Amino acid sequence: MSTPLLAVERLEKHFRTGRADLSGRKRGLLRAVDGVSFTLERGESLGLVGESGCGKSTTARTIIGLQKATAGSVRFDGVELTSLSRRGWQPYRRRMQMIFQDPYASLDPRQTVGSILTEPLTIHRVGKPRDRRLRALSLLDAVGLDPRHLFRYPHEFSGGQRQRIGIARALALEPELLLCDEPVSALDVSIQAQIVNLLKELQERFGLAYLFISHDLSIVRHLCPRVAVMYLGRIVESGPRASLYADPGHPYTQALLSAVPVPDPAREAERRRQVLGGDVPHPSAPPPGCAFHPRCPRLALEPPGAGATACRSEPPPLAERGADRRWSCHLV
Amino acid sequence: MRADLEKTEAERLLREARAARGESLWFDAWRRLRNNRAAFLSLAFLAVVALGSLLAPLFPLPSPAHLDLQDEPKPPVLPWTNLGDHDWDEALYRREHWELSFFDSALVDLRATLFGTWQTGAWLGTDSKGRDLLSRIVWGSRISIQVAVAATLCSLLLGVTYGALAGYVGGRLDNLMMRIVDVLYSVPFIFVVIFLITLLNEYRTTLRDEYGIEYISVFYVVIGMIYWLTMARVVRGQVLSLKNAEFIEAARVLGASTPRILFVHLVPNVLSIVIVYLTLTIPAVMLFEAFLSFLGLGVEPPKVSWGLLAVDGTEAVNPVRTFWWLVAWPAVAMGSTLLALNILGDGLRDALDPKLRGQER
Ligand SMILES: Nc1ncnc2c1ncn2[C@@H]1O[C@H](COP(=O)(O)OP(=O)(O)OP(=O)(O)O)[C@@H](O)[C@H]1O
Ligand code: SF4
Ligand SMILES: [Mg+2]
Repeated sequence: MSTPLLAVERLEKHFRTGRADLSGRKRGLLRAVDGVSFTLERGESLGLVGESGCGKSTTARTIIGLQKATAGSVRFDGVELTSLSRRGWQPYRRRMQMIFQDPYASLDPRQTVGSILTEPLTIHRVGKPRDRRLRALSLLDAVGLDPRHLFRYPHEFSGGQRQRIGIARALALEPELLLCDEPVSALDVSIQAQIVNLLKELQERFGLAYLFISHDLSIVRHLCPRVAVMYLGRIVESGPRASLYADPGHPYTQALLSAVPVPDPAREAERRRQVLGGDVPHPSAPPPGCAFHPRCPRLALEPPGAGATACRSEPPPLAERGADRRWSCHLV
Repeated sequence: MRADLEKTEAERLLREARAARGESLWFDAWRRLRNNRAAFLSLAFLAVVALGSLLAPLFPLPSPAHLDLQDEPKPPVLPWTNLGDHDWDEALYRREHWELSFFDSALVDLRATLFGTWQTGAWLGTDSKGRDLLSRIVWGSRISIQVAVAATLCSLLLGVTYGALAGYVGGRLDNLMMRIVDVLYSVPFIFVVIFLITLLNEYRTTLRDEYGIEYISVFYVVIGMIYWLTMARVVRGQVLSLKNAEFIEAARVLGASTPRILFVHLVPNVLSIVIVYLTLTIPAVMLFEAFLSFLGLGVEPPKVSWGLLAVDGTEAVNPVRTFWWLVAWPAVAMGSTLLALNILGDGLRDALDPKLRGQER
């Protein structure tokens, strides 16, 4: 087996919480990412889904080095990234890029589109200024914008167009992997499909691999053949899209999927929405045992016994369930 | 891109893109400012004042320093009753004047060729020592503006560096630095400055003769020292909120160096707010200079500033005769300038950052 493009192993990112005042008292620990593992092959895309605050963004930001990992490893094409110096990182910046959530905040309002798109090339000293400019033109063309808008400013574009600029910037260095942190959730529903289709088209054209973060399961189904579900800093289920959507194994995945409309009207009529009780626990005080247990419908139906005790005291491992499926649950 | 555009096609697009150039936020702000009539008029007025003070030696005014000891100040005369006379004496003017730089000297030459010995009459009246008030107001604007601009630049340098450092580094350093600012805020600075300047006043001549430091430059720094606190807070807040903005993170992900992030991305985005506060600090400093002159701690006669003129004016007022022009004209000069600066500051704030409108400054 060849080395995967990206291999994340037992990645942890903890934040110190509480007021960082001069005396340094009252400190807590927030486990935003708590042992996440997955691999991503060249040209593949993996969808990462979960509720707000479960640590999706933190996972992406830690992978790309915006934050230092607390523990665990991130290997890109076999090279460990977590221990690299700033200088050592540079070649990998060219191979791995990121698309941000908010198209209004992710572009410098004082730069023209041209400067935004040539900046990556300038930083990595690719080509002469003139070539960079021409390159920016073809980038605009590639993301479906009019190249004649090269000397315009971000405020002169709509949200969807800005997101295209953000995508063009990420593509400038011809990366192999794009981390997309909810790239469409800030956009109008009507625009979302356009951007998702653009991402799909670019993937085929340039052979990109995506780590696609979203809380929208239908978008993930459309774009990603493989899906991982996160809950409170951990992956609770992962598997190929078809079997995971048809037959979710983890009760949390089941609940999430029950909220998604299905395209088939017959099955849509049968769909029973499962509403999870209780609040999402805060990652600074995760429940003992299975972090999902205070809200778990499966546990609620389980008669008291060894299984139910394990749910409350023992974190379930992310176990292989055959056919590339994994989920973490004591009660099958 | 691996699928590159045709070269000639790209050249054509590039030309067309140049023609369809967008409008920067700066341009946008400039247009908004231009549409704000009050602010735009203020800007024009201030430009006239600044130019007037710069070109003071060029105008055919009587000497601001020539003493003509007589009983009492002469009241203003209407220009058409006394347009002027031919009594200007260039040699005396140069001799009596407290300072004429190389540039000023050239302007005096130019004046002599343009106007000969002609000088204006006492249109705004004269002071108790017979000096022409209009001339003194024009010359006084120089020092007032100098003090205001130099002290404001001191506050800018200190405030921006301090604030940007605290905001960018963050964490404990930020905490410590901002507590220091809080403490300094609560110090009654007026008294500290008065104390410091009184002390300096004692050593005015020593400073000049032994260290070659003009009293006035120390004066700038000392005033600048009290006006940097707000600037530091504002800049720190801006930097703090900007440094985690997604576009800064995007630059980091691209591998941008720290200087690049600071100077290409942070500074241009903080600049607009700095400009606004600068415009609002200048009038405060001008007023403070006047206040210090009032206490006799300002510029040294025969040099003159607007503050000093106002002080002279109030001293001349007595129950028997009010020499109103001695108070009124300096007050008008200073008041209109301060007003224009404040209106311009507000206009700039609205133009540069429409989100800030209506917020506390
Ligand atoms: N820099 C930080 N300092 C402290 N806590 C943080 C920091 N960044 C994130 N967190 C916390 O970590 C947890 C996970 O945050 P994260 O942004 O990764 O969630 P997310 O899954 O991306 O959510 P969303 O869908 O809202 O974007 C949250 O509880 C958040 O408050
Ligand atoms: S381990 Fe227990 S609590 Fe956790 S998901 Fe499974 S059944 Fe629910
Ligand atoms: Mg997020």
